[in-house]
Amino acid sequence: MDSSKKLELQKAAAKVRMNVIEGTFNAKSGHPGGSLSISDIMTYLYMYKMNVNPENPKDENRDRFVLSKGHTAPALYGALALRGFFPEEEIKTLRKADSRLQGHPSMHMTPGVDMSTGSLGQGVSVAVGMALGAKIGGKSYRVYTALGDGEIEEGQVWEAAMFAAAKKLDNLVVVVDNNNLQIDGSIDEVNSPYPIDEKFEAFGFNVININGHDFDEIDAAFTAAENCKGKPTAIIAKTVKGKGVSFMENQCGWHGKAPNAEQYEQAMNELKEALSCLK
Amino acid sequence: MSEVIKKATRDGYGEGLLELGKINDKVIVMDADLAGATKTGVFKKEYPDRFYNAGIAEGNLMSVAAGLSLTGYTVFASSFAMFAAGRAFEQIRNSIGYPHLNVKIAATHGGISVGEDGASHQCCEDIALMRTIPGMTIINPADAVEAKAAVLAAAEYEGPCYLRFGRLAVPQIFDEAAYKFEWGKGAQLTEGTDVAIVATGLMVNEALIAAEELKAEGISARVINIHTIKPLDEEIILKAAKDCGCVVTAEEHNIIGGLGGAVSELLSEKLPTPIKRVGVNDTFGRSGPAQELLHLYGLDAAHIKEAVKEVMSR
Repeated sequence: MDSSKKLELQKAAAKVRMNVIEGTFNAKSGHPGGSLSISDIMTYLYMYKMNVNPENPKDENRDRFVLSKGHTAPALYGALALRGFFPEEEIKTLRKADSRLQGHPSMHMTPGVDMSTGSLGQGVSVAVGMALGAKIGGKSYRVYTALGDGEIEEGQVWEAAMFAAAKKLDNLVVVVDNNNLQIDGSIDEVNSPYPIDEKFEAFGFNVININGHDFDEIDAAFTAAENCKGKPTAIIAKTVKGKGVSFMENQCGWHGKAPNAEQYEQAMNELKEALSCLK
Repeated sequence: MSEVIKKATRDGYGEGLLELGKINDKVIVMDADLAGATKTGVFKKEYPDRFYNAGIAEGNLMSVAAGLSLTGYTVFASSFAMFAAGRAFEQIRNSIGYPHLNVKIAATHGGISVGEDGASHQCCEDIALMRTIPGMTIINPADAVEAKAAVLAAAEYEGPCYLRFGRLAVPQIFDEAAYKFEWGKGAQLTEGTDVAIVATGLMVNEALIAAEELKAEGISARVINIHTIKPLDEEIILKAAKDCGCVVTAEEHNIIGGLGGAVSELLSEKLPTPIKRVGVNDTFGRSGPAQELLHLYGLDAAHIKEAVKEVMSR
């Protein structure tokens, strides 16, 4: 990835993060922590990697994305708005009764959302089904899904992993957003899923460990996934929960809590400053 | 009199799939390591490239089927009713029902006629569970002819559908050449004005036997076959309740939440009518030969007749 593209993505990611804060602040609820940790990867997928078309969101040859960690919908919406699937202004309607932006993604309500998710562990299976469909139909599109590191405590994730490897779904990329925090504490304290990479390897995946906030590493991993034949790829992205907003970083308490007016101001100022520094 | 043909509705399912294999190249069949028992194995043998085994992982089966349907396929996902509607309820609710996807959950081994395997495998709660999911169509065929026709109809329908089939070979009621499946429609099988017997699944045949025997006692029973439990054909039931003045429901399912529940809800809201529900009386099953269990749990013509007399005496 050349440096100008990288800079462009870094700026876009800052805007996605602002959308996360804007949405959850206006909704007075939602999940900013995990939205901010996955923001760079959402940005990379929708602003660079995926073959999608806001003019034709249901194009049958498009790449697919399933947000298995559905509670971090604000990051998905932030990226979709930036990509032009709906007006960015609409982010302020998040979670309101007359909004198209549901608390968890709804495929029939929001343009660009490929699958309704929210119940943890299921989205990855749906992505596996999509990847299988592409193989059966001889289609070349690719399927991406993002999971939380707490989410992988769900047994269904491993049912899906076993199936994906057994069916040699090399058109599938599973991203684990390894921010190390879940609602009740750090994931190793609650019910440790570590070592995550070795588990996916044992299930037959091509596994790549990266820093989930570094676009060079993100791009290298997704490119390597494309070049890996006969196996699905798992990208274990080491991330920081709340990334980009100082008081939210690595704080479990910001899993499912919206900023108040004062916190909103501070968060937006920090993100604006980060954006202005990107030159 | 010609000999009665006996065949399980799961065999009708297998035959329906075979037919679909020939005429519909968008049909994909999935199973969870029960292909021999559910009869999806019949399809697998002929169309191995369109069959996928999820192994013993029913939750994943349902969500993968959902994803597959999103790429343009009509997916039949099979397991036993206990593990499809039961174990994978939440996957069906969230991955299939909520996004209203084109997945046919084809569950075999519904009810206590599973027999010797016992209570852990005898699902009498599936219809109740599926009824609570908005937009879910529920079909429970009465014989193998109806089962096959329902499978073909389900493939034509765009949306989620729960099909319930049985393990036990049951008498064939319908003539295959003449039978026509009408989606969402009940069918009146006998004329009658004293009592309406609203039945589904293998209890339809028992209702017909009961009606025949009641006739000899001077009671005229109208038998209605409800293969589509949701959406319920309200019109045919309301008319029968109005004409007959009392209703008996009959199903191989808990009397709570199934056909009896659905008919009770309908009548209590729109046309309060004396009703008696014949079914599994809110209890778990047990091991034993299927036919013996059906009698033991009151799922036969004799118990329908008793219910008729009780409800008529009110």
